[in-house]
Amino acid sequence: MNAAAIYAVEGVLLVSITSDITDSDIIELQELLSNRIARSETRGVVVDISALEIVDTFVGRVLAQLTAIARLLDAETYVVGMRPAVAMTLVELGMYLPDNHTALTLDHALEKMRKAGLTSGFSRGA
Amino acid sequence: MAFPGARKVATIDLRTDRDVARARSRVSEIMKAKGSRDLMTTRFVTAVSEIARNAAIHGSGGRLLVYDLPDPRLIGVECVDEGQGIPDVEMALADGFSTRRNSLGRGLGGAKRLAKTFTIESTPGKGTVVRMTGICTSR
Repeated sequence: MNAAAIYAVEGVLLVSITSDITDSDIIELQELLSNRIARSETRGVVVDISALEIVDTFVGRVLAQLTAIARLLDAETYVVGMRPAVAMTLVELGMYLPDNHTALTLDHALEKMRKAGLTSGFSRGA
Repeated sequence: MAFPGARKVATIDLRTDRDVARARSRVSEIMKAKGSRDLMTTRFVTAVSEIARNAAIHGSGGRLLVYDLPDPRLIGVECVDEGQGIPDVEMALADGFSTRRNSLGRGLGGAKRLAKTFTIESTPGKGTVVRMTGICTSR
C-alpha cells in the first residue's frame, strides 16, 4: 500500500494519507495502524488529511472508527489539515466526527498533544 | 439522452474501488478546467464518489458518464449499473438506511443533498441509473 505512510514523531504516530487512497487502502491502513499503536504503546495518533480533496461517508466512517479503535487501545486521535470545503461538505452530510480531536496543522496538533501529555518519544509512563 | 443538449466528455468504468478513486479525480479535473471553485468541486465530487461506489460495490460494476451541459456553469454525470437494483428508492434515499452492516447509510441521500439536481431510476433485477448535475461556477 502506497496510499498512506505511518511515521513516529515524538512518540506520536503520524499518518499521512495521499489523495488517491481507495476504500481497501484505508481499511488496510486501519489494521496496520491499530497494530502499530498496540505494539509501540503510542498514546497519540495524528491523521493528516490535507491531501484529501474530498471525504465522503465511507472515509468519514473509517476515520471515526479509527478514532474509536485507537481510544480502546488508549490512544487519542487528532485529524489535521482538513480543507474548509471538506469540513463544509462533511457537516452537510451530517458527519460531525464528534470523537475526533481536530487541529488545523500538525504543529497545532503536536502542541495540543504535548499539553495533554500524549507525546514523549519514550514509552508510556516514562 | 441523459441530459438534453449534453455532450459526453468522459466515460469511466466502475469495477473496483480503484476505479471509484479514478472517477473522483477525473470529475475533479473536468470541473477545475471549467473554473469550478473548491467548495463546488468538493461538494459534487463527494456526491460522485457516493454514487460511483454504489455502482462499483453494490451494483456489481457499472460506468460513469460525464457530460458538458448547454449551460456552461453546470456539469452532468450519469452513473449506470446492471446490478440488483434498489427495491425501495425512497427508503434508500433516507438518511440512515443501508442494506450493509456497519454502514451509516448516508451515501445516496448525501449525494442527493450535495448535487444541484438528482434523479434515480432503479429496476429490481436490472440495475440503477443515477443522474446528477452540479454547479461549477455561478458566473
